[in-house]
Amino acid sequence: MRYRITAPHGQRSLSGADRLARGLGWLSLGLGAYKTLAPHALTRALGLEGQESWVRLSGARELLGGIMTLTDDPTPGLWTRVVGDSADLVLLGSAWSDPHNRKRDTAGKALAALAALTAVDVYCAQAVNRQHAYQAGPTPDYSLRSGFPRPVEEMRGVAGDFETPRDMRHAFPTPPKIAVRELPDRAARAI
Amino acid sequence: MKALCWHGKNDVRYESVPDPRIEDPKDAIINVSSCAICGSDLHLYDHFIPTMESGDVLGHEFMGEVMEVGSEVKHLKVGDRVVIPFTIACGECEQCRRGNFSVCERSNRNRALGDKMFGHGTAGLFGYSHLTGGYAGGQAEYVRVPFADSTHVKVPDNLTDEQVLFLGDIFPTGWQAVVQCDVQPTDTVAIWGAGPVGQFCVRSAVLLGARQVIVIDNVPERLSMAQAGGAIAINFENESVLERLKELTQGMGPEKCIDAVGLEAHQSGTLDAVYDRIKQATMLETDRPHVLREMIYVCRPAGVLSVPGVYGGLIDKLPIGALMNKGLTVRSGQTHTQRWMKDLLRRIEEGQIDPSFVITHSVGLDQGPGMYQTFRDKQDGCVKVVLKP
Repeated sequence: MRYRITAPHGQRSLSGADRLARGLGWLSLGLGAYKTLAPHALTRALGLEGQESWVRLSGARELLGGIMTLTDDPTPGLWTRVVGDSADLVLLGSAWSDPHNRKRDTAGKALAALAALTAVDVYCAQAVNRQHAYQAGPTPDYSLRSGFPRPVEEMRGVAGDFETPRDMRHAFPTPPKIAVRELPDRAARAI
Repeated sequence: MKALCWHGKNDVRYESVPDPRIEDPKDAIINVSSCAICGSDLHLYDHFIPTMESGDVLGHEFMGEVMEVGSEVKHLKVGDRVVIPFTIACGECEQCRRGNFSVCERSNRNRALGDKMFGHGTAGLFGYSHLTGGYAGGQAEYVRVPFADSTHVKVPDNLTDEQVLFLGDIFPTGWQAVVQCDVQPTDTVAIWGAGPVGQFCVRSAVLLGARQVIVIDNVPERLSMAQAGGAIAINFENESVLERLKELTQGMGPEKCIDAVGLEAHQSGTLDAVYDRIKQATMLETDRPHVLREMIYVCRPAGVLSVPGVYGGLIDKLPIGALMNKGLTVRSGQTHTQRWMKDLLRRIEEGQIDPSFVITHSVGLDQGPGMYQTFRDKQDGCVKVVLKP
């Protein structure tokens, strides 16, 4: 018969990209919890005092992205992380470029780290998207795979010798077979 | 020996494990010649079924040759070619004697766990969590088969592995799903899911004489395979399932509805699908019951809902009012495989059906881990994977 012989993977189903996505998901949850629960500590460290609401919002987004990344389809969660990373980069960029910010150095290091993490997020999102693309590949033609030796209409009811076991019979009466079969329209069927 | 082992969500590995041995006089050891990845294995792969442990050997659809038998095995001998049903049945308890093999009262060695989870434990299953006994599965070179006398069907040499392998699960599962609808020649049977079980539901409904068979899915090649078997296809990505079903049944709804999807229903663009995704991701619901809701809504009053699709835990927003007021009958359960195997084997021998139509990929066991992902993501036209140890 015409089976496809493919050898797309190694001896483990979880690829490096899958494992990376999982790690990013947990990281997102950790960061999200930290930002949500202790925004003051973060704003103090980065010289972003007064931006606690934004940090909390960013934390909530991290939590959402983390949960989404840990589901069986991590791609949307990873792209959510990328979008969130971009917003965080803007915020950190403003802290780094502010000449009056006494924590510019820390903000600069955080900016560099986040930029690197964003690159990892983008790489991972693309890799996972490629690997898990739903219904990827060709659409084969299975229109001749009936499984029957003869045309379908000739096979209808061929197992008529089978008697439904008593415990599986319909709970409600069914109309007399012959009478209903001979009545074609809706009104007749409703009798 | 080599086997496919579960190591966590989406993590299946091909690795060495100890060879099985006779542990009970009623055991047999099978040298596996062919095995398959079942759609319900994907629920393990995606970790929706609880009580899996790292290193568990997967697989419940397999066949092979008897290598060794225990001292109390009477109906098998070394060299017999057998297909093994996924439900382990003692053949002696009250449920087995009634024909309810999937709720055998003796084969689940972790029955207490099942009692806590479901109120009453169910039968032991191969490679399907510790809730169902924690038995090593058949995606391996060798398997220990408990209660071997009542957990096999012998198959003749003139049929290929590909023709008989599915007697162990998906063919009887599709068959029972239709049988418990008690199909009449006037009936429309609507089947949600054109995966392997859905495909066998289509063929079974045709063989049992349904007037009209309709299948609902969104994967084009699966829909075309279902059409080849005699179904009218509805692609839920392109058209409204409810409107199309009404149109095909002159507004009355299908008399018989079959859920061949189970707990991981995919549906795009509906409110309840988004709701289920969020609730499942946040662990507020274990299963996604979109298909059940749709079946209850669309089924003709006094009709039958048949549920061969696997559910594992808890669901939300089930329209029980519609179910009750429409007087619907619900029939479900793991398949009483032993009840149907011999009859279906006869039908294969007589040429009524060749189950190998559903196989799209045949690879070595070592390629199994990758095929889990290919099958789950419905890539490369994958409908059914057969593995050769």
